Amino acid sequence: MRIPPRHTQTIAVGLLGAATLLTLAVLVFIIAFVLEKGLPVVTWTFLSSAPEDMGRAGGIFPMIVGSLLLPLLALALALPLGVGSAVYLCEYTRETRLTRVIRFGTDCLAGIPSIIFGLFGLVFFVEILHMGWSLLAGGLTLAIMILPTIIRTSEEALRSVPNAYREVSCSMGATRWETVRRVVLPNALPGIVTGVMLGLGRCISETAAVIFTAGTVAQMPTSAFDSVRTMAVHFYILAREGLSTENAYGTAAVLVLAVLLVNLTAYWSMHAFIRRRAR
Amino acid sequence: MRFSADKTAQYVFLAIACSAIASLLLIAVFICKEGFPFILQYGPWRFLTSADWQPQENTYGVAAMIVASLCVTAGAMLIGAPLGVAGAIFLSEFVPKPVMRVIKPAIELLAGIPSVVYGFIGMMVLAPLIRNHLGGPGLCVLTAAMILGIMVLPTIISISVDAIGAVPNSYREGALALGATRWQAVRMVVLKAARSGIIASIILGMGRAVGETMAVIMVAGNTIRMPHSVLDPVRTLTANIAIEMSAATGLHRQALFATGVVLFVVIMILNSLAMAAMNRKGGR
Repeated sequence: MRIPPRHTQTIAVGLLGAATLLTLAVLVFIIAFVLEKGLPVVTWTFLSSAPEDMGRAGGIFPMIVGSLLLPLLALALALPLGVGSAVYLCEYTRETRLTRVIRFGTDCLAGIPSIIFGLFGLVFFVEILHMGWSLLAGGLTLAIMILPTIIRTSEEALRSVPNAYREVSCSMGATRWETVRRVVLPNALPGIVTGVMLGLGRCISETAAVIFTAGTVAQMPTSAFDSVRTMAVHFYILAREGLSTENAYGTAAVLVLAVLLVNLTAYWSMHAFIRRRAR
Repeated sequence: MRFSADKTAQYVFLAIACSAIASLLLIAVFICKEGFPFILQYGPWRFLTSADWQPQENTYGVAAMIVASLCVTAGAMLIGAPLGVAGAIFLSEFVPKPVMRVIKPAIELLAGIPSVVYGFIGMMVLAPLIRNHLGGPGLCVLTAAMILGIMVLPTIISISVDAIGAVPNSYREGALALGATRWQAVRMVVLKAARSGIIASIILGMGRAVGETMAVIMVAGNTIRMPHSVLDPVRTLTANIAIEMSAATGLHRQALFATGVVLFVVIMILNSLAMAAMNRKGGR
């Protein structure tokens, strides 16, 4: 028996819709679950005090600092490299074999799992370069990890700057470098900010690469060579070693809120960018 | 003078542009330098096919972990790929544009949630459910596959939506003009045209599932043993590295780096397949 096309359409749309709803339900459930269990734990004291008794009591202040410093350091390193690569790919060259190799390398780097970055950081930065488990080693490792994200988003941002802008600038006697610096980069800025926020989000939620390079010492760092513990690592240790479920939920809530905030800023800046371009 | 400044800028940018490929090479070289001599010395065949991993007795076989990684990944794709592709089709073909513009970023937020949080939810919510209703220890292949299946959804949905969105509207209109229903147009025309992009999204999702570490450690149970059912606890390649690395020295440590080499090779193969699929789309 053949089902008429009208009915297969209804059935198919129903099934596809159900799958989409299921995905959305999972998203809502995860966020609601973490916030519902975690937010009651989050108080001002929890946010502003140091952990006590391995994290069974006390707060997460040093981890918040770690979760700020480490991504900022990684961004400070990855941003110039990423934007510079994008500028070269978009402004200084046509499609050649070299650009294809660079793009291939970027794509491969984007696909490498974080545990491999962790192993590499451990051998190269921590041991061979004698940095020890430190803010610096962690920052360098994360910088390499988010480099592809920054390159890709910056490239999109640069490509969306209309060619007329470049032509006008060049016809007024500006060199290519002056055009890039004064005309192209300022116009691509909101798009670059999107990449920065996405990279930041990835750094904040990273665990495997951080644990092997920045270590797990739950103290305020006083120099770049001190080990730090980020919120994600702290949460992992609390949850896996069963130290305190309550504090784990609290840390998770702060972590998820931070990541949501960063990602929403990324989308907001991207939309502002697209709207401005569309005008 | 100005000319030379411009030339200098060009060379500086060229040098910077090589940073990504240089990092990639550096990573490959150092992981291989630590792990490859061990593989040669221990024997690649013995290393890859023995299921016996006992560092105290200097026996290092990763077969059980390779099988574990494969099972967990396959399970994740069985859950994630149909759900993700279905979601992508629904969002791009059967939902008004403004609605999709809200839902797609919301689903991409799933990608931003830290993997440790997924692992924790698997541990606290999913594992007890499976333990109580299906038996077994709860932390097992099935739990890990379900959590990873959810984790790969954003990757699959967002790349598939882009691939479906890139199919020219004239294809749909042509099919509809021939009297096809919307679903027939999607199934017979749009999906055929977007096939390589969708395949690439699935392969990239697979890469993410193979490489995931922290979430898997929290939900897979971590016993080194060949799994016989989906309710058996397993330890994946990634989990093994992360669990044993901090305490490993000497040969044991080299063996862990060798595990890293195996993982690196698997990921590179998956990446190349995904890129080949994407390029085929570009070449058309």
